[in-house]
Amino acid sequence: MSGKLSLRAYWLPRPLFSVFLAVLWLALVNSVSVANILVGLALGFVIPVATRGFWPERARLQRFWPMVEYVLVLVWDIICSNFVVARLTLQRTRNLKPSFVTYPLDLHDDFAITILSGTISLTPGTVSAHYDPESRTLLLHVLNMTGDEAAVIGQIKQRYERRLQEMFG
Amino acid sequence: MIAWVIPIALGLFSLGMLFCLYRLAVGPDIIDRVLALDTLMINGIAVIVLADIQMALGIIFEAALLIALMGFIGTVAMTKYLLRGDVIE
Amino acid sequence: MTDVAIPWVLELLIAVFLLVGALVALLGTLGLVRFPDFYTRLHAPTKASTLGVGCTLLGSMIYFSVIKEGISAQEVLITLFLFVTAPVSAHMMAKAALHRRVNAVKRTRQTPWSEE
Repeated sequence: MSGKLSLRAYWLPRPLFSVFLAVLWLALVNSVSVANILVGLALGFVIPVATRGFWPERARLQRFWPMVEYVLVLVWDIICSNFVVARLTLQRTRNLKPSFVTYPLDLHDDFAITILSGTISLTPGTVSAHYDPESRTLLLHVLNMTGDEAAVIGQIKQRYERRLQEMFG
Repeated sequence: MIAWVIPIALGLFSLGMLFCLYRLAVGPDIIDRVLALDTLMINGIAVIVLADIQMALGIIFEAALLIALMGFIGTVAMTKYLLRGDVIE
Repeated sequence: MTDVAIPWVLELLIAVFLLVGALVALLGTLGLVRFPDFYTRLHAPTKASTLGVGCTLLGSMIYFSVIKEGISAQEVLITLFLFVTAPVSAHMMAKAALHRRVNAVKRTRQTPWSEE
């Protein structure tokens, strides 16, 4: 560790994570009382401090509104993707055109790449299969590729990766 | 209305679980069987939740949460085991 | 069933959620049976089953929020957990399948091991 950490950075390394843990505890016990809020806050205080050593470098969330927009786009795409996959399931499976695609990444942050590959797996007809950290590419499997490779890559870049880059700066 | 929707939903989920069992029995590779078990777990959660509504208990969410956790950890452990080979990644 | 009266709008909403969820999940498992190779089979359950069970859980959440006091939040927890873990386990399974050189159907374009 380089330099001296400030008091706040030492005892409260991840304020958002602390709040998340407290809310998680309240949802788990399914009741909002003073005692449960105190226990939740205590957990939110202890867990980030105790596990500080295990965390990779922090990914800073730069802006809040692109995140909301991203989640909304994602939910919409998940619903659409289900219609697409459902139609393909009911059709003649002989007509499928499956393909592997190598996707070049522009993102640098590990956390952002994790979110991107998760997003790819949840959206229409694509599953991420392998991440190669050396050439910085993702290997995708496409269920039914009607266009060419560039179209698939362009769509993912335009729809998700651009937004993630805005979020993580 | 809910009283007769739940048996239908349960029936559909049971049919889905039968499909999973078919893939579990046939699945040419072991990884197909892992996928079938994973899907079976997810459907099992839904069946538990539906049974909970049917009996109007509202107390077996811990069971559903545990099955979700176990299903995920089991799948990841299984794939980790399959990945641990002599081929360099 | 309890004898708590549920407004018919909510009852309809719950019924729709439960039915749609069951149908979507059934389609997901049907894909598990019908698709020709492992990589295509992976697509159906990761998307459809997750959304199907998510719908069922939402229906259950509305139901228990109506018949009990207060909001039932545990279902949201399970749904979120499923949506976070589904892509991770799909990624792991695809990786394991690639590692084991599980065969894809012949017409798959650009199989990663054909270049070697």
